[in-house]
Amino acid sequence: MTTQASPPRKVSVADIFVTFLIIGATSFGGGVVAYLRNALVTKKQWLDDNRFLELMSISNTLPGLNATNMSILAGDRVGGTAGSIAAMVGMCLPGFIFMTVAGILYGEHGDRPLVTAALRGVAAAAVGLLGATWYQIGKKSVKGFYDAFFILAAVLMVNHYKVSVPIALLIVGALSIFAHRPAKAHTTEKDPEWIRFLR
Amino acid sequence: MDQIPAIARVFAYLSLLTIGGGMAAYPEMRTLVVDVHHWLTGQQIIHIYSVGQMAPGPNMMMVAAMGERIGGLAGAVVAALAFFVPTGVLTFAVGRAWHRLANWPWRAAIQNGLAPVAIGLAVAGLVTFGRGSITGWVTAAIGVIVFAATIHTKINPALLILGGAIVGVIALR
Repeated sequence: MTTQASPPRKVSVADIFVTFLIIGATSFGGGVVAYLRNALVTKKQWLDDNRFLELMSISNTLPGLNATNMSILAGDRVGGTAGSIAAMVGMCLPGFIFMTVAGILYGEHGDRPLVTAALRGVAAAAVGLLGATWYQIGKKSVKGFYDAFFILAAVLMVNHYKVSVPIALLIVGALSIFAHRPAKAHTTEKDPEWIRFLR
Repeated sequence: MDQIPAIARVFAYLSLLTIGGGMAAYPEMRTLVVDVHHWLTGQQIIHIYSVGQMAPGPNMMMVAAMGERIGGLAGAVVAALAFFVPTGVLTFAVGRAWHRLANWPWRAAIQNGLAPVAIGLAVAGLVTFGRGSITGWVTAAIGVIVFAATIHTKINPALLILGGAIVGVIALR
């Protein structure tokens, strides 16, 4: 129980940078949150589980990716502003180099038939992968009519009625937040199911 | 080089749409990058987005490859900074203020309310993406097999994507 109550530890900026750099360089295939939890909670013990979940719930509510939002929040908890920047840069640098090189190679070789064939296979696999990820999140978090209705509304607006994403986000987001407004029974829950799923 | 300010504007704007993940921003990204600015073709954006699923770290770092194609190395740097810094600053600020927001009743409403919207927008992005990349029996089979393997096994997704590339080389030439 002592670890549950321990205050955030102060860690050196270099240690933070290297830790996030390693995660940023090894977390192939998505699922960065699992890598983060393994490194920060299990190995380094910079955060306890409750703190990690609290940061996840902040991260999920805001725009931006979980990988970078979590780096910023966790870096701030253990190393302040400098720690936050070090964590963010460490997390992003390997992928940035990877994708910049990929862009250059794509520009040089992207129109070769062999490369195009490989990339068509890659794109099809990406559909399966992203579909599975969202299927799993959806299965855990759709509770009742309202949730299913708002998911369907967002899909239909964007894909069928060609409403632009920001407009759909504003309209469906506002209606959904209103439907979940305070004083309704299920708002007493601390975290939505999909955040617990990402543990 | 003259595209650099436009790259900054477009990718900063797109980053604000990534509620719950990058897929939500895909339809708007396609509209802006392909239809409005004519920076990439519909096939090129699908290729780059897919390769991005293999990269380590944040799975939207493919914006760097898009920036590189549009404006060279400077384009890559500007696209990545524009995409990750504004939302990063917002997250940092909200993280600092969070203990004050913890008991704000609308906080739970926003969290619970945005969850289904995030899923819906991600599915919408995926449908847009799938329409361009599932083009026949082979691609459909790859998608279904990867979907099933991701759900039923613990195999690293990067390996599945690589497998897609190999099947593509064999069957899609």
